[in-house]
Amino acid sequence: MSLRRLVAVALIPVALLASACGGDGESFDDDSLVVYSGRNENLVGPLLDRMKAATGLDVQVRYGDSAELAAQILEEGEETRADVFFSQDAGALGALSRHRMLAPIPQEALARVPAEYRGSDGTWVGVSGRSRVIVYDPRTVAAPPKSVFELTDPKWKGKVGWAPTNASFQSFVTAMRVISGEDRARQWLEEMKANGAQTFSSNVNILNAVDEGKLQLGLINHYYWYEKVAERGRNGVPSRLAYLPAGDPGALVNVAGVGMLKASKHPEAARKAVDFLLGTEAQKYFAETTKEYPLISGVPAASGLPPFDSLKGPDVDLARLDSIEQTVALLQDVGLV
Amino acid sequence: MALRRVPVIPGRTAAGRARPGTAARRIPAGLLAPAGVTAALALLPVGYLAVRSAEAGADAVARTLLRSRTLELAARSLGLAAVVTVLCVAVGVTLAWLVVRSDLPGRRFFGVLAALPLAVPSYVAAYTWVAATGVEGFGGSVLVLTLCSYPYVYLPVAAALRRMDPAMEEVALSLGRGRRGVVLRQLRPSAAAGGLLVAMYVLAEFGAVAIMRFDVFTTQIYTSYRSGFSRTPAAVLGLLLVAITLVIVVAESRTRGRAGYATRGAPARRPPAVRLGVAARAGALAWSAALAGLAVGFPLAGIGYWLADGSSAGADAARLAEAVAATLGVAAAGAVLTTALAVPVGIIAARYRGRTATLLEQSTYVGHSLPGIVMALSLVFFAVRYLPAVYQRWPLLVIAYAVLFMPAAVGAVRASVLQSPPVLEEVARSLGRGPLRAVGEVTLPLALPGVLAGAALVFLTAMKELPATLLLRPTGMDTLATRLWTETGSGAYGAAAPYAALLMLLAAVPGFVLGRRSLEEVP
Repeated sequence: MSLRRLVAVALIPVALLASACGGDGESFDDDSLVVYSGRNENLVGPLLDRMKAATGLDVQVRYGDSAELAAQILEEGEETRADVFFSQDAGALGALSRHRMLAPIPQEALARVPAEYRGSDGTWVGVSGRSRVIVYDPRTVAAPPKSVFELTDPKWKGKVGWAPTNASFQSFVTAMRVISGEDRARQWLEEMKANGAQTFSSNVNILNAVDEGKLQLGLINHYYWYEKVAERGRNGVPSRLAYLPAGDPGALVNVAGVGMLKASKHPEAARKAVDFLLGTEAQKYFAETTKEYPLISGVPAASGLPPFDSLKGPDVDLARLDSIEQTVALLQDVGLV
Repeated sequence: MALRRVPVIPGRTAAGRARPGTAARRIPAGLLAPAGVTAALALLPVGYLAVRSAEAGADAVARTLLRSRTLELAARSLGLAAVVTVLCVAVGVTLAWLVVRSDLPGRRFFGVLAALPLAVPSYVAAYTWVAATGVEGFGGSVLVLTLCSYPYVYLPVAAALRRMDPAMEEVALSLGRGRRGVVLRQLRPSAAAGGLLVAMYVLAEFGAVAIMRFDVFTTQIYTSYRSGFSRTPAAVLGLLLVAITLVIVVAESRTRGRAGYATRGAPARRPPAVRLGVAARAGALAWSAALAGLAVGFPLAGIGYWLADGSSAGADAARLAEAVAATLGVAAAGAVLTTALAVPVGIIAARYRGRTATLLEQSTYVGHSLPGIVMALSLVFFAVRYLPAVYQRWPLLVIAYAVLFMPAAVGAVRASVLQSPPVLEEVARSLGRGPLRAVGEVTLPLALPGVLAGAALVFLTAMKELPATLLLRPTGMDTLATRLWTETGSGAYGAAAPYAALLMLLAAVPGFVLGRRSLEEVP
């Protein structure tokens, strides 16, 4: 290889960069509404495909993990490419809201959703609800517990799975702190740990472990079970769900929600996107396809699910900074995360 | 093989020196400048972490560092990395010796298979093991990570064994010493270099250990992002991981320095294959077969089960083709860029001594144990501010691959430059060539096969990359790995199977090339 060729090879990165910077002009497509979606493409892709007609703009969706996308938006700051953030949980929306990245949602859109399922500052709104449940193995468990507080019983020693790093789990702990007090929540976490609760990284893994007979009980969100039944068939999923009575922290309803970015160049289309997600078509989609609870009145939940009213969770602003930080601090204190 | 093109010079004067050709000469600017660019690029994530940590203030930094959980997880990560590294070295060296130096039946076959575990994404392997056998925790993590990463040791050690001069062993035997000491001593640099890659790979690993339910240091980093959405503790933890890596990198370079290089041309002749006894042959055969079965056959069977068992099975051919094209495109571009950036650093590391040379090489390693999410966010940070034109476009993804996989490429360049006799370069110099031109005209052509092998390794690894690809890809672009993530994320294992199978199949091609290379000249 001659010197000239060596230099040429060394210049490839420079050439790559130059070709990328020049030529195409604008660095991103200004005529598209960009949605950052922390929800899985298999679940919401078909719905977001229909958003184009509602917003009048081409819709581009960037899929990822909710928390990672929130971190990405925070790093992007004012230069963010996102117009709309569709999050798996309230926590990620709350983080953006605290960093003043989100624009206020119009009042008439907010008003369609009960107050406990939207951000207290009106910068995000829940679009679908998911209930915390106990998944159990009917082959070994005749009567599942009626409250999460029963899980510390020695008869469940080493038999319960949970996911302390999961956002929905942390919301549930926040709910417990609000309903039962700080001391009771700490005591429950410590007793669970002492009772050999098995730590998993996700709801899906807990569900799989119950189906494989490795666990008797698990704390998860209800719709993961319905997803698995859709994939494997009812006979391929041995586990069953136990919904807890209203008032129990384990009956908490979390939301997936949406916010509009302040830096968006398409605020009008972003508003239409939010309206679309709160419209009848989208709410029916959540009920029938993802088996979640619709949050607007007039759209019923899928048959087979307990009615939404019977699950009424505690009235707590789940995205509030002090709540989340205290919950994480508590989990750290107990040595769970 | 390339070395055969060179006339072997009898009575090479350079052979007597411990590190021939590494005199403390000045590094020419033509090498130093591009190497500086490479080092700066590799250090970007560290810079980002420093910026984010500095915002926090000393109190917050101290709080994060002194948490008992932080120390506990750091210890667990180090323990896991140590055990996996030791096992990989043991497995890699044993297999390399059996393939290159023994009369193991079917050794060419096992040699080709030996590189193929590189084609298995560790998260796929981990999922298969958990689902099928229930292993988990520390033991499960050790099992999966060892099976997935022993080729990092096998490949350089097999190469070193191939070019070892049997004369050394004969001298040892004539002095009444065993063969083994000489062989192991000469293998130490290559085993250590492979071990270093393994250790850093294990430290950065997140997906497989999460599936194995074994909390490690990276778990803590991911948790910081996922709960509380605070980037500061994550940054502080990231810097601690960089510090740990630095210690490991320095330790490895010490091993290398003491061992001395056996840099001579191709051995004049091949050593005779060591004849194993009947029992040893049977044992070695069973062991090699079991290894290949567990590392490659088992995950393949797992994917077959997904395909048979899930109702979502079946694939949109157009979508599959699109993902294949995107995967091959960005991974190939990543391999080209990474190799181009690695060449100047690799040459300097092989041919020059001194602080600058050491710093340049080590700077390409320090960020390597950072998990993908940290790498990705650091590139988001810099690209949005300084290179908005490439943000969320494929060039940035290609740059990310270069930052992520630089050490493998630098190691390959260094090792193959070391193999080409510096005396040839000196001859070129004596004929009036400048230092840069001598390297370009004499050494690089000789080193080219090794450099290309490094590129193949980067190509293969980039194909499987997930966390950085998710964050940095152009909106709407899918690689095989991101499709696999989408499908498994919604529990659609049947639909995931074709993507997983294709990913392993495509990654097996460079894996096959690497395995074949480890067999050159093996009878």
